[in-house]
Amino acid sequence: MTNELVDFTLVSVAMLAIGIYGLAVKRNFIRMLFAVEIIINAANLNLVAFGRFLPHAGGQTLALFSIAIAAAEVAVGLSLIIVAYRMYQNVDIADFRSLKG
Amino acid sequence: MADATFLALTVLTIGSAIAALEMRSLIYGSIALMGTLGGIAGFFFLLDAPFVALFQLAVYVGSIAVLILFTVMLVKRELIFKMIEDRRRKFAGIGLMLIIMVSLGAVFLDSGIKTITTDEPSVDFRDIGKNFVTYYWPALILMGLVLAGSVTGALVLARREDVEDDQRTS
Repeated sequence: MTNELVDFTLVSVAMLAIGIYGLAVKRNFIRMLFAVEIIINAANLNLVAFGRFLPHAGGQTLALFSIAIAAAEVAVGLSLIIVAYRMYQNVDIADFRSLKG
Repeated sequence: MADATFLALTVLTIGSAIAALEMRSLIYGSIALMGTLGGIAGFFFLLDAPFVALFQLAVYVGSIAVLILFTVMLVKRELIFKMIEDRRRKFAGIGLMLIIMVSLGAVFLDSGIKTITTDEPSVDFRDIGKNFVTYYWPALILMGLVLAGSVTGALVLARREDVEDDQRTS
């Protein structure tokens, strides 16, 4: 293989950093969900890359589990967005502070 | 050394990840997110994992991205184009991003990962299937239960309490 493990790892680090930037800066609920998706994908890329280079079937198996769980997480997250939007007519998380306790 | 396909996929993935977070319109942002997810599927193809790549295309690009797109369309028009963030927080976020990128990147470049290369054939997808039904079967059943529970939970959450059933049908 011409591509090395460290190349894939560096792409994954860049995506993790972009995702953390999105979570720290954005106050729009939907954009924060985008950032979470980017971080999950960075983790999946790492899993499959290490599974290819070690080589071990566990990497791909875990990545498949991770993709399925991420689908469940997005379904719940989007329905939470819909409920919060219905209550406050907004997607700014600063408005959702009164949701606590 | 990385080849041209890898570099093109890197530009696509990272570029559309930044676009997904920075584009003014949430609709274009979610389309850019589709680009990121598709780019990751391309990386999976490069890593000789076609099964995971197709799973990624079917689940992420095919369903999650479309679900996000439909949710964005339910939001009011002026909220789709409104950027809510303050400038100082943005610069602090960019600083945090660069710190994470440089420090983690330096750690990985300095570690022994650089010496790992392989000439062995890739893992057969039949092994993944065997793994699923032998070693990981409790996790597989648990995952099915979690998926069913989360979909039911999402439906219950999104249901409107204030609308009566006869209003719903009319």
